[in-house]
Amino acid sequence: MTATTPTPADLPAQPAAHGHGHGDHTLTGFVIFLLSESVIFLALFAGYAIYKTSSPLWLPPGVEGLEVAMPLRFTVVLVSSSGVIYLAERALHRGRLGEFRAWWLLTMAMGTVFLVGQGLEWAGLPFGLGDGVYGASFYLLTGFHGLHVLTGVLLMGLMLARSFRPGNYDAGSVGVTAVSLFWHFVDVIWVVLFVLIYVWQR
Amino acid sequence: MTSTAPAPAPSFDPRVLKAPHPVPGAPNNWRRFLSFNTDAKVIGLQYMITSLFFLLVGGLLSMIMRGELITPAADLVDPTVYNGLYTMHGTVMLFLFLFPILNGFNNLLIPPMIGAPDMAFPRLNAAAFWMVPVFGVILMASFLVPGGPSGAGWWAYPPQSIQNPLGHFLNGQFLWILAVALSGISSIMGAVNFITTIIRMRAPGMGWFRMPIFCWTAVAAQAIQLIGLPVLTAGAVLLLFDLSFGTSFYRPEGGGDPMLYQHFFWFYSHPAVYVMVLPVFGIFSELFPVYARKPLFGYHVVAIASFAITFLSLIVWVHHMFYSGTPQWMRNLFMVTTMLIAVPTGIKVFAWIGTLWGGKLRLTTAMLFCLGGVFNFIFAGITGIMLATVPVDIHVGNTYFVVGHFHTVIFSTITYGVFAGIYHWFPKFTGRMMYEGLGKLHFVLTFIGSQLTFLPMHAAGLLGMPRRVASYDPEFAFANVLASLGAFLLGVATIPFLLNLVSSWVRGEKAPPNPWHAIGLEWLLPSPPPAENFEDDVPTVISGPYGYGLGRPLVEDEQRYVAKAASAASAATGGA
Ligand code: HEM
Ligand SMILES: [Cu+2]
Repeated sequence: MTATTPTPADLPAQPAAHGHGHGDHTLTGFVIFLLSESVIFLALFAGYAIYKTSSPLWLPPGVEGLEVAMPLRFTVVLVSSSGVIYLAERALHRGRLGEFRAWWLLTMAMGTVFLVGQGLEWAGLPFGLGDGVYGASFYLLTGFHGLHVLTGVLLMGLMLARSFRPGNYDAGSVGVTAVSLFWHFVDVIWVVLFVLIYVWQR
Repeated sequence: MTSTAPAPAPSFDPRVLKAPHPVPGAPNNWRRFLSFNTDAKVIGLQYMITSLFFLLVGGLLSMIMRGELITPAADLVDPTVYNGLYTMHGTVMLFLFLFPILNGFNNLLIPPMIGAPDMAFPRLNAAAFWMVPVFGVILMASFLVPGGPSGAGWWAYPPQSIQNPLGHFLNGQFLWILAVALSGISSIMGAVNFITTIIRMRAPGMGWFRMPIFCWTAVAAQAIQLIGLPVLTAGAVLLLFDLSFGTSFYRPEGGGDPMLYQHFFWFYSHPAVYVMVLPVFGIFSELFPVYARKPLFGYHVVAIASFAITFLSLIVWVHHMFYSGTPQWMRNLFMVTTMLIAVPTGIKVFAWIGTLWGGKLRLTTAMLFCLGGVFNFIFAGITGIMLATVPVDIHVGNTYFVVGHFHTVIFSTITYGVFAGIYHWFPKFTGRMMYEGLGKLHFVLTFIGSQLTFLPMHAAGLLGMPRRVASYDPEFAFANVLASLGAFLLGVATIPFLLNLVSSWVRGEKAPPNPWHAIGLEWLLPSPPPAENFEDDVPTVISGPYGYGLGRPLVEDEQRYVAKAASAASAATGGA
């Protein structure tokens, strides 16, 4: 911001200039960004599939594969949180701020449970990042996705905090819409990852 | 990332900004170029100035290399230093000169051309710009770390790029990856911004097929950034892990595969050449109609061809790996796709020639650079097709022929286009005319210098001179002496250019709103335009661009805008 530009406090009431509201731009931009972000995952998925099908050394010595039952439970938690965040959004739409906060907090909690589950799994595995291309791919993929989950939870925290500014969410919130879009994105990515890493083991 | 704040950016409110406000581009108040300014025109000039600085840095590195190569022996610098030099030269020229300068054009041109007050996300825009000096410093810092800068070339292939003989965590290769990653983030922020702006903020009446070609090529190029850069980022992250955290993504000992990196790298870096060349195609398509006084030949086809190029550019990358042990079926497939890309590209060249045909040509400096650029591009397209032919490439791949080919595009076409754009739009954004005499001197020196530098490289390459070497067989000496002399001449050619930029900006003749009698929304604005371009008096577009000689107005009430610009410009620059 320049010194010569007035701060938001000096501004007169927002005029309906330029035809478009600012919020519309934000969503357009955010969707474009998410499309681009999904390409990183596509690249990593492709890399994983290539290694899995062509590497002469896949599972490190002494490793049989991954256990599926526990991760599946955490997957269910994460995927169903997509439904919960939808409820939160709907509540905000109907102007029920308290209900919104409750669902929103539940989504955050479910995301956190997923992260804890992943941490526990990592701690119990018999191989590490340095164990061949398998270990490297496993930790990189799950870690990179986990980073997205963490980002999602933090962003939700921010949006929750903003909901406490009086009147802030009266007309809905672009931020909330964007974060919940992000959350659906993170969930879809996880489903693909789960299939690639846990289901496709043989 | 994308700001989710519902609060409007202050620079967005036209009512406030109608108050006296420093005119972007005028040489007064230079301090705002050092601030986190959110005005697209200030950011555009920030990009321009930063990248011209790095052009000098990259040029200096190349002249040290040409100094080394003027004799066959490795006498000026030793081969390790030489490896660092070409790695840094390539990286600086791409990531710190060309990408940023083209983003400078995007910032300056897109909002006025479509009648928008600013970019869709002004703060994101400023943040994207300020990452450029940051990663510039990071990259330059690699000259100071133990072991010096990365010597793995701009493509950073493993295994060279995952070796860390000295064992320091902060090594040249690490800083290289960091810089390239930051550049990628900055470019994605830019791409989101440019595309959103063009989709959502066009003036009333400006449908897609009334948009100037520059905006079409901007969307086409930025779409490549969005699709390609993430793949490079993925490849670079794996590289970083292999280099610094002991993983085996690209190490065959651990089951990894170095070829995967090559795929990741070229999946982006081939299209990246189109990220650079598409906006220059846009510049050519803007300038030829102005200086030939004729409508752009085949406007619709040229517009659509941009997207054909985007699409095709994403499916040709393996032509960089013909000699890397690629299976034969893959080579054949990618040979065909590569040749296909010559079709939309050729269409554009024909459209420019069709525009020039029978036109009343005005040979301004900008026009000379366009003509020279297209001339060189035709040559580079021919050598490109030669390289796309597998049996040819097997022999000349990794020789100076490739170096000759891509410099003819990247310097003799793209950089010519950049120069043309600067000469053409400088008066619009600074309010001052450039000196035509110095400009023509710049053109003549550049044209002779670039032929002298790059033509002999093709010859040396056909005779078998490998690239990336500090010493070579004396049989190639003649070609190399010519190339070195040419490179020094190119160095000399920047002197009139810089002199021209600085002296015109400081004390050049005041520019009228439309010095070239061009058609386009940006030329209906005062020179330099006010902070919010048309503010809340956005014109309604009633016809397509390039109506030269057709005698139809571009916007409703055109005379009023012309008169307004003329009076506003004289008032705004009067006190500067
Ligand atoms: C009709 C158009 C073109 C064709 C058919 C073509 C074809 C090729 C081929 C086959 C190669 C690989 C040569 C090798 O490594 O052995 C190549 C290299 C290259 N081309 Fe082109 N090209 C075309 C246009 C361009 C354009 C427009 C640019 C730049 C904007 C460009 C920049 C490059 C670069 C940078 C390399 C070498 C990269 C490296 O090895 O470091 N080319 N081109
Ligand atoms: Cu290519």
